[in-house]
Amino acid sequence: MNEQTQTLLSINGLTMIFGGLIAVNDFNFSLQSGDLAGLIGPNGAGKTTIFNMITGQYIPSKGKVVFLNHILNGLPPHEITSLGISRTFQNIRLFGNLSVLDNVMVSFHMGLKNSFLSAMWRSPAYVSAEKAMREEGYRLLEAVGLAELSREEAKSLPYGQQRRLEIARALAIHPKLLLLDEPAAGMNPHETMDLMNFIQKIREEFNLTIFLIEHDMKVVMGICENVAVMDFGIKIAEGTPSNIRKNPKVIEAYLGVES
Amino acid sequence: MGKRDYLLTAILFVILLFGLWIAQNYLNAYIIRILNTAFIYVIAAVAYNLINGIAGQFSLGPNGFMALGGYTVALLMLPVVQKQQVYFLTPLIWPFSVITFPSYLFIVSLILGGLIAAGGALLIGVPTLRLRGDYLAIASFGFSEIIFVLANNFIPLTNGALGIKGIPEYTNLWWTGGLAFLTVYLICSLVNSSFGRALKAIREDEIAAQAMGVNPFRMKLMAFTLSGFFAGVAGGLFVTLISTVSPTLFTFSMTFNLLIIVVLGGLGSITGSVVTAFIFAFLQEILREVEAPHTIGSFTIPGIPGMRMVAFSALLVIMMIFYRRGLFGTKELSWDLIMNLFKRGKPQNE
Repeated sequence: MNEQTQTLLSINGLTMIFGGLIAVNDFNFSLQSGDLAGLIGPNGAGKTTIFNMITGQYIPSKGKVVFLNHILNGLPPHEITSLGISRTFQNIRLFGNLSVLDNVMVSFHMGLKNSFLSAMWRSPAYVSAEKAMREEGYRLLEAVGLAELSREEAKSLPYGQQRRLEIARALAIHPKLLLLDEPAAGMNPHETMDLMNFIQKIREEFNLTIFLIEHDMKVVMGICENVAVMDFGIKIAEGTPSNIRKNPKVIEAYLGVES
Repeated sequence: MGKRDYLLTAILFVILLFGLWIAQNYLNAYIIRILNTAFIYVIAAVAYNLINGIAGQFSLGPNGFMALGGYTVALLMLPVVQKQQVYFLTPLIWPFSVITFPSYLFIVSLILGGLIAAGGALLIGVPTLRLRGDYLAIASFGFSEIIFVLANNFIPLTNGALGIKGIPEYTNLWWTGGLAFLTVYLICSLVNSSFGRALKAIREDEIAAQAMGVNPFRMKLMAFTLSGFFAGVAGGLFVTLISTVSPTLFTFSMTFNLLIIVVLGGLGSITGSVVTAFIFAFLQEILREVEAPHTIGSFTIPGIPGMRMVAFSALLVIMMIFYRRGLFGTKELSWDLIMNLFKRGKPQNE
């Protein structure tokens, strides 16, 4: 669809060492803008660790993450977010006691120009900024199909909708790159189908590049164009889903070797 | 919807003004004193709730900030002649020994008291709020103890344990009531703004809040400094209410009182703190009874000072067992809620 593709994210020699454990070893990967790529691997392979290094929760022991000419290493998470990378979490991390609308509106805070003093005395400029945020938040909830739940507490939503809200909250920062950490975890086949359609839909609508971690092979094989496979911290394969499926190393990692 | 709320708030404000006028002119001095104390508690408790309840950062320092504000106002407002009498052992150090604010600058001295307290908050906030966890509690507790020790020992400034007497009694219900209303309005506006949402997000899940672009350090520092500012103003009002200040006025028991108010009202509920601040101020007087000596039949129980705090502590324990979220939880008393009380039974549609 894009005539001109541009490297959005490039990861070079990324390594994370926790004490004596090498969680991720020399990981290389790159994403072109508009890609929908997947990262798979058995439990404990280091997938989430890679996400945490990209978004600044962990500082890499070695290697470099470059996003649109910015070196991300060592930046705090909120600054990385402000460059246009947002994420969801493996175990949903919503603001449970806040309303659905407020959850999304938290993401608009970094774009707010007004000072806290103007919010305190409700200056006209602030009041109109608040109104604009509220409307935009509501529009976003409509786009993801959560508008009628906007006043509910986030923790009272059913599981599938909590996942959806977490994605909506990540979209609210207007990301260029969206990282989804096991979006289909704990979902039944029907919910998983919905989610796959939903990911395709937001990708088109918000013009996103998506990088996702998933255990559910159906999701990865169904929507990803490029897949990296990890095992014990090392990337063992990369390619299109059909190639990955035939790769003996991948089969070995997932199913074990014949003796 | 919004219009009705504005109207009702305006009506409440007028009723409050009228109530204050009646109270100031017709009630006896004892009741007025309790009301003044209640309004000061409102200011301090609402400010304390901002950092403890809304931002979820456990601070134990409001007594230190109130002391900073109180001493600042005392030193600025005390007449020079009175200063020479009070500091008869060790003379007061220079700038304060010659300056005295005229009465119309009372508000300026309150603001300066708040600013000094906010400066203190900034001082301990900058190193501790970068960390996640209970460091703030330890550091703020230590800070308020340092203020206490300084107040006792930095005699050329504070007159040590003797304290400062004869501070002009500027505080009346107009000051306390007006500033309490203003504080509640300003902090409620903040809490309901994008800044309040960011603070609550940090309280709910700091990692997720930061991943959504909220700078936790800046937000927490803002809340803590603001909280210090209003605590300082409350301290300033308090010393000009009772016309004296000494180190024992702002000990840790002040923080404990505020903690009781904030927890009983509901951590995170500003209106809850307002309601319980009033309840607390009146209960404190009513419960004087338990400290007085009693005679039951031929048996005499001697008065035990401090029994009131035992009663409050027991109340707190009972609350924690049976009603952990406090009076209002994190909910606010809103016009919607009050209206719904009247409409109960009818199907509710927005």
